[in-house]
Amino acid sequence: VSVPILNASGCLDALTAPEVAQALDAFVTKTITPEPREGNHPVRIAETDHGMLNSIGLQGPGIDAFLTTVLPTLRTLDVPLWVSVGGFAASDYASICARLDSENDIEAVELNLSCPNVEEAPETGAEIVAAARAATSRPLYAKLSPATWDIAATARAVVAAGADGLSLVNTIRACAGAVDVPIVAMGGVSEGRHALDLVAAGASAVALGTVLFSDPSAPGRVRAELQHASSARGFDNPLHVRGIALSS
Amino acid sequence: VSDRPPAGAVGRSSLAGARRELVAVRGHETVGPYTLLRLARGGLDPGTPGQFFMVEAPGRVLPRPFSLCLAPPGELAFLIEPIGPGTRALCGSDVGERLHVLGPLGSGFRLDVERPLLVGGGIGIAPFPYLAERLGRAPAVLGFRTSAHAAAASLVPAAEVVLEPTLVTEALPAGRFDVLACGPEPMLRAVAGIAPGAQLAWEAPMACGYGACFGCVVRIGGRYRRLCVDGPVLHAVPDAEGAP
Repeated sequence: VSVPILNASGCLDALTAPEVAQALDAFVTKTITPEPREGNHPVRIAETDHGMLNSIGLQGPGIDAFLTTVLPTLRTLDVPLWVSVGGFAASDYASICARLDSENDIEAVELNLSCPNVEEAPETGAEIVAAARAATSRPLYAKLSPATWDIAATARAVVAAGADGLSLVNTIRACAGAVDVPIVAMGGVSEGRHALDLVAAGASAVALGTVLFSDPSAPGRVRAELQHASSARGFDNPLHVRGIALSS
Repeated sequence: VSDRPPAGAVGRSSLAGARRELVAVRGHETVGPYTLLRLARGGLDPGTPGQFFMVEAPGRVLPRPFSLCLAPPGELAFLIEPIGPGTRALCGSDVGERLHVLGPLGSGFRLDVERPLLVGGGIGIAPFPYLAERLGRAPAVLGFRTSAHAAAASLVPAAEVVLEPTLVTEALPAGRFDVLACGPEPMLRAVAGIAPGAQLAWEAPMACGYGACFGCVVRIGGRYRRLCVDGPVLHAVPDAEGAP
């Protein structure tokens, strides 16, 4: 077992690129909402000098079509599945989690508490996690926005509310020092060295986002580079690097 | 325009037939205000005319989509208008510099047409040299902003050129043709109005080219479809933006 490599939700469609999804240790779906969503009007993407902006607006089939059409197809890919769940009130998250609860082969549910491009639920992240927790026994990951005053306090609150893990963007070190749960880290990973840095900061898994757009072979490449970068520093398994930047 | 595959069946991958290779810049040719960028072909398949490639733009985060312009032996050539940081970087790349290229991607033109007529505007003529080669000297009507831009017509055999303010739709020959068109959106809509069965190649900003980013959508029948996997050649006319 090494550091699992996932995709960031919304950065890969396993139905149009199954071989890319199968190169991951788990495939994370685009966020599923209660109703079908058309998404935002174009223009939706823009490149910056060092990254990209996007405003897709959670385009998706909604939970009904997801369960009847998309999920059965995803199962045939034989790759562990994470389902990203979104909504506009805590009850939305709870109702979708309840419908996913009996899907025993779903490895984890990721609660999208971080989409900047749609209206937010009025409840806090912890309240949403608590509502989802009451609705499902599936492992729950809370995906937290970095745009908050005190990310460590948010991390403690969602874990206290029942989150089994965190999905984080550029806030790994602060959260890894605050809570003792698995952390999927993402944001700016385009090569193995970047993934190793996130593991050293406390991540237990790494997700790929924008790099998938420029390089569909990134999962295998980053995995190999991560192993190489780890070995070159005397760690046979990149997991053994986890958190070493926290104590220094 | 295809829908999602039925439950339980994974459709054909959008990457089927595509490869990603690091290939060398062979040269640049000035064509009026445009640049014809010639790359080593490597093991890449040129694909069907109208299909596109994602070409790494030196120093930029995202690759850029270009339909293939010409397929000389051992090369792939792309017609580029330097209008932004990515296209300028490509036009200014060094001979011998190596770039990642992914493709061919998307759906190309159907070539089983009896009386082809190519209708293009501006940089939209980019896929026509390769298309005309595969169709065998199809007639073409090409529109440009200026006579300088019209230099690109030299890449297309049997082309009739019109300059603004004359529009290509005012210069179409009489008679029944199978229209294959590529150009700015107002031109494509006007062509579709005159030739309802036309094959239309559309364009949109695109990050990935294989269905991952949902950035390149156009609205068809009230739903946003990804141009990279459902196009770029469409047999339907997208809804005008802002339409219900």
